[in-house]
Amino acid sequence: MGLLDAGITKHNMLVTSVDNVLNWARLSSLWPMGFGLACCAIEMMATNASNYDLERFGIFPRSSPRQSDLMIVAGTVTMKMAERVVRLYEQMPEPRYVLSMGSCSNCGGPYWEHGYHVLKGVDRIIPVDVYVPGCPPRPESLIGGLMKIQELIRMEQIGISRADALKKLAEKSVDPRIIIERERTVVGA
Amino acid sequence: MEEGKVISQSLQESAAAYSIIHEKFGSAISALDANETMPFFEVIDTSQWTEIALFMRDHPKLKFNYMACLTGVDYPAEEKLGIICNFESLALFNHKLAVKVKCARDGGSIPSVACVWHTANWHEREAYDMFGMLFTGHPELKRILCPDDWVGYPLRKDYKVQDQYHGIKVPY
Repeated sequence: MGLLDAGITKHNMLVTSVDNVLNWARLSSLWPMGFGLACCAIEMMATNASNYDLERFGIFPRSSPRQSDLMIVAGTVTMKMAERVVRLYEQMPEPRYVLSMGSCSNCGGPYWEHGYHVLKGVDRIIPVDVYVPGCPPRPESLIGGLMKIQELIRMEQIGISRADALKKLAEKSVDPRIIIERERTVVGA
Repeated sequence: MEEGKVISQSLQESAAAYSIIHEKFGSAISALDANETMPFFEVIDTSQWTEIALFMRDHPKLKFNYMACLTGVDYPAEEKLGIICNFESLALFNHKLAVKVKCARDGGSIPSVACVWHTANWHEREAYDMFGMLFTGHPELKRILCPDDWVGYPLRKDYKVQDQYHGIKVPY
């Protein structure tokens, strides 16, 4: 349930739970760390720029991990970079979220066999909340992933762990295929 | 036909450049492979490689002032490693030549030409990083792309990736 679904009285009073307010504040100002590793970063920058305008979601890249809530691992993580990524992750204050963008950081991508220097999936070194497939993913996919992170934040409550929130998110998730099929039939008719 | 004529003109100039080098160094270099794509010769007496390089750069009729590339190569069948250098003479002549230098596969070394063309400094470090041949006389021969503590030389044909790097699993 979103914050605006809560009851608003005539006296400009808004009655809701603390969880709701906290989650609303967090998911409406999700600041990613401004760093990119490869071609996915170009797509991430395009998403930040005016055509896709991530700022309408309150998402704006920060230049320090200490001011960031979200790490978008955008691109190929080399073995040399892997330790730096861990360091950056450790510098972020909690609660922190990780979005793995593109095939390389999901699983090694095109370098899975012969890329001797590529880490085969960033989840080998840091916990990942949302994976966005694609090579590179289009801005729409990245926005989809970011909205998944927002949904995850919406699942959070004081006193429940990230694992439980992820479990709740998985239980609540809808199969997009059903919606797509429905839209298609509407358009077709 | 006009196009073909222009190319063979440049090949003629490259062959002329080669004969100047051959006149000076004789049997230290091989015969010219006069192909249209990239005419090349091999340095047989590798100890003279730096001298040949200096001669190629400074001779008034050669003036190879531009090292376009230096590539490492692995020849497992011959038990050798090698480099291929591409030279051109920017703004002066139309000739171009490639030079091959080979050394033993295990612990072999090639004289460095980093003092002749500064481009060679990083290119030789890259060849060392990927293939493991040494460059004697190089000012700072260490890995350039891989981390300093990386094991093995990745572009060798028989390279096997290490299992762990700093506690992180490397293979898929």
